[in-house]
Amino acid sequence: MAKRRLIGSRVSAQVALAPALLIALVIYCGSTLWTLWISLTTSRMLPNSVFVGLRQYEVLASNDRWLASIVNLAVFGVLFMVAALTVGFLLAALIDFRVRAESLFRSVFLYPFSMSFIVTGLAWRWMLDPTLGFEKLLHDVGFADAHFNWLVRPDRVIYTLVIAAVWHASGLVMAIMLAGLRGVDREIWNAARVDGLPVWRILVFIVIPMLRGSFATAFVLLATSVVRLYDLSVAMTNGGPGIASEVPAKFVMDYLFERGNLALATAAATTMLITVIAVVAPWYHWQGRKTHVGAAH
Amino acid sequence: MSTVSLRGVEIAFGTFKVLDWLDLEIAQSEFLVLLGPSGCGKSTLLAAIAGLLEIDQGEIWIGGRNVTWEEPKDRGIAMVFQSYALYPRMSVRRNLSFGLQVAGMKRDEIDRRVTKAATMLQIGELLDRKPAELSGGQRQRVAIGRALVRDASVFLFDEPLSNLDAQLRAELRTEIKRLHGSLGATMIFVTHDQIEALTLADRIAVMKDRRIQQLGTPQEIYLKPANRFVATFVGSPAMSFVSGRIGEHGNFEASGWQLPLADYAFAAPPVRGATVDLGIRPEHVVLAPSDPHALPARVELVEPMGSDLLAWTRIGEAAISIRLPAETQVVAGDTLPLLFPPHRLNLFDAQGQRL
Amino acid sequence: MTAMAQPNGRRPKRLSAGRIGLYAFLVISALFFLTPLYVMLVTSLKPMSEIRTGNILALPAAPSLAAWNSAWSSACTGLQCNGIRVGFLNSIRILVPSVMASIMVGAVTGYALSFWRPRGAQLLFATLMVMAFIPYQVFIYPLVRMFSQAGIANSLLGIVVVHTIFGLPTMTLLFRNHFVALPIELFKAARVDGAGFWRIFIQIMLPMAVPIIVVAIILQVTGIWNDFILGLVFAGRENLPMTVQLNNIVNTTQGERTYNVDMAATLLTALVPLAVYFLSGRWFVRGIAAGAVKG
Repeated sequence: MAKRRLIGSRVSAQVALAPALLIALVIYCGSTLWTLWISLTTSRMLPNSVFVGLRQYEVLASNDRWLASIVNLAVFGVLFMVAALTVGFLLAALIDFRVRAESLFRSVFLYPFSMSFIVTGLAWRWMLDPTLGFEKLLHDVGFADAHFNWLVRPDRVIYTLVIAAVWHASGLVMAIMLAGLRGVDREIWNAARVDGLPVWRILVFIVIPMLRGSFATAFVLLATSVVRLYDLSVAMTNGGPGIASEVPAKFVMDYLFERGNLALATAAATTMLITVIAVVAPWYHWQGRKTHVGAAH
Repeated sequence: MSTVSLRGVEIAFGTFKVLDWLDLEIAQSEFLVLLGPSGCGKSTLLAAIAGLLEIDQGEIWIGGRNVTWEEPKDRGIAMVFQSYALYPRMSVRRNLSFGLQVAGMKRDEIDRRVTKAATMLQIGELLDRKPAELSGGQRQRVAIGRALVRDASVFLFDEPLSNLDAQLRAELRTEIKRLHGSLGATMIFVTHDQIEALTLADRIAVMKDRRIQQLGTPQEIYLKPANRFVATFVGSPAMSFVSGRIGEHGNFEASGWQLPLADYAFAAPPVRGATVDLGIRPEHVVLAPSDPHALPARVELVEPMGSDLLAWTRIGEAAISIRLPAETQVVAGDTLPLLFPPHRLNLFDAQGQRL
Repeated sequence: MTAMAQPNGRRPKRLSAGRIGLYAFLVISALFFLTPLYVMLVTSLKPMSEIRTGNILALPAAPSLAAWNSAWSSACTGLQCNGIRVGFLNSIRILVPSVMASIMVGAVTGYALSFWRPRGAQLLFATLMVMAFIPYQVFIYPLVRMFSQAGIANSLLGIVVVHTIFGLPTMTLLFRNHFVALPIELFKAARVDGAGFWRIFIQIMLPMAVPIIVVAIILQVTGIWNDFILGLVFAGRENLPMTVQLNNIVNTTQGERTYNVDMAATLLTALVPLAVYFLSGRWFVRGIAAGAVKG
């Protein structure tokens, strides 16, 4: 008789998972495929089904605005990640030396992360204002020839985004690193010091390799935020001057909603998607192996 | 009070089989212990009986009812867990009554049952505490109480004593045995502790590698182990083994060994020349100073155990441990004359099966 | 914030050169991190004349809340001159239902995935985790189309649904990780006691999940309050959240920029997350650690 049948409450479990399932299938997978499909058509203001293969990607590859935004993002990404990881790790390592008022320092370094990119962007835009901001401060204290007008210089504007973003995210890196450092066994410090190693050597050769999980996590979080970079650019420079601080996410939004070129916008979005997957997949694989969930209980 | 029977039960996680075609009949009011090393499938089997796990093949019957696809609550079972599994945010009283409330039982009947269980287990004064305020032993009493109030006909214990220290463990062990006597319920008890198994069980099922290796009374398991695994797993200190063969005249032969097996109860007539392992428990070796057939054993180490004394000796290549009266005068380097009574011997073939 | 654990590293000796350097570095860094907040604050308290002539770091000669007042109630976004107040109220109206909905869906999903594991649960979880990283730009256009088909484009309901959708991966991960760490025997005991899916969830698991609910609230309140792009696209003109209003106020100023009003409006927008941050203390850090995959 006993054909396999679901034990009663299992049905409730599936009902409860229905929203998540719906979101995963329809919204996530469905939207991704839809976006992918539009990028293979000639859609402009409205979507159509004229299949043109990868032609939009060729167009994209010769679009100055897109190329500029990619270069900008690459410059921003490298500088921002190196700076944020360095500053964040340095702050965490120093705080870990049993400093006084540790929690005060931590609060100060982390609070920018609680604020939005819009707030961050506007605050820094005001401080870096070429007429009334820091440049004026420099003039006032006697450096009449000093220039700090990066915000309006096409060749420098991207660095202002880096400064603001590092200010925003270093605390996050610090928090992740600090948690990692606190996980390093005291015994290791003691053993290394008994061996007579100087502190910096212990940090560089013993502790940092042990923190590779924390570095990986911070790296992935920062990297995905780089690809998503949008609000900050909108608030701080709105892509300008000219297209000097355009970024891919903003490119997609502009072509979707203002320039009415759906196919090109979705091709750009798909390119972003592939970039993110290239970053996340190795990390996810590594994490998955580390925290594998047992098959049964 | 119910019988439990498992018929051809198989469980697999993916392609990995956890239980392989298992048949088991448990009599009414029997105390059955599932004994085995971790990972042998004993807890999985218990979870299947409880209905916490779907089985892939076979049927489970409890009290003459096919419950293979019944919810746990409908199987007439109660269960006690290793980690106690008390609901942390509920008082002891709520912990005991939760299941009854779920079942929609009347207030006064719930109170009656809770009071009765609390009295039986002497946890009356703990009823209004939270689990975090209890000691390990008290928690496990509450966990047993939660099983008692269900008035189940079958009790399932999943290593309930493993998290307790030695003294509490012994105390609760007798308590469980006493409960079994007074309730007359069928009990299935999973453990990896042979002392628990030997002291509690009417019958023991020794499990390893997804199957039952031997099912029998504690005496059968201890004295007539069905294979080498059971022989080694049960008994402490472990049985000693000597590798040898059946000689021309039906004797056991190994270097320095020559034992007549005429009085050994072979299951099947032995094959001359076959390789065999001989096993004997430390307390079954006899010290026989004046017997001409005694084998000389060189003592390598002596361990006084208080109640008795353990001597680690060697005869030829083979290491033999023997249990001696505590007052025996023996030191390392002595030679002891030993006898091996045939009805106490265990012979295993090359596959490890009892001969 | 209180300590996360016992401090590691070396016991401080007397003030050596190294330690003086260490403190100097930390203090300078702290000043760097605090400067923007300080500048925003003093700017918002100065009149424009003082801003034009004075020093950006100088304290206001006569602190005045006039700019705050105007930012709150009369600053203009395009033709509307009702201040950032409108955005604040919109943000609250978006925040409350979005936080509740996303936490509820996430908690139920995490619970179902951790204890019940129906067929396909692993795959579903893996999908959610991958999606947590994907830029919104990939989903936005199809979502806009779907929402206008469903008639919830540019509405409060629409933006709440969007926040629930994009909050799902983090919330699910948070609750799943919490429930997976609980002893599975607790769940089994409840099953033997006859409790079903919802009863176990509500009577046994939720009371044990209070700390993680607090963490989830912190994460979602800051995350949703700080959102810009989703509010911009899905909320509709009537419901634009504070961040969008703020950007409009600052960017649509006609004539001379009123930096004091801009900074007051910016600070007003930052107030809610800052309050959450400073009040929640170590919980905020816990949230970061628990939801290391941020949606």
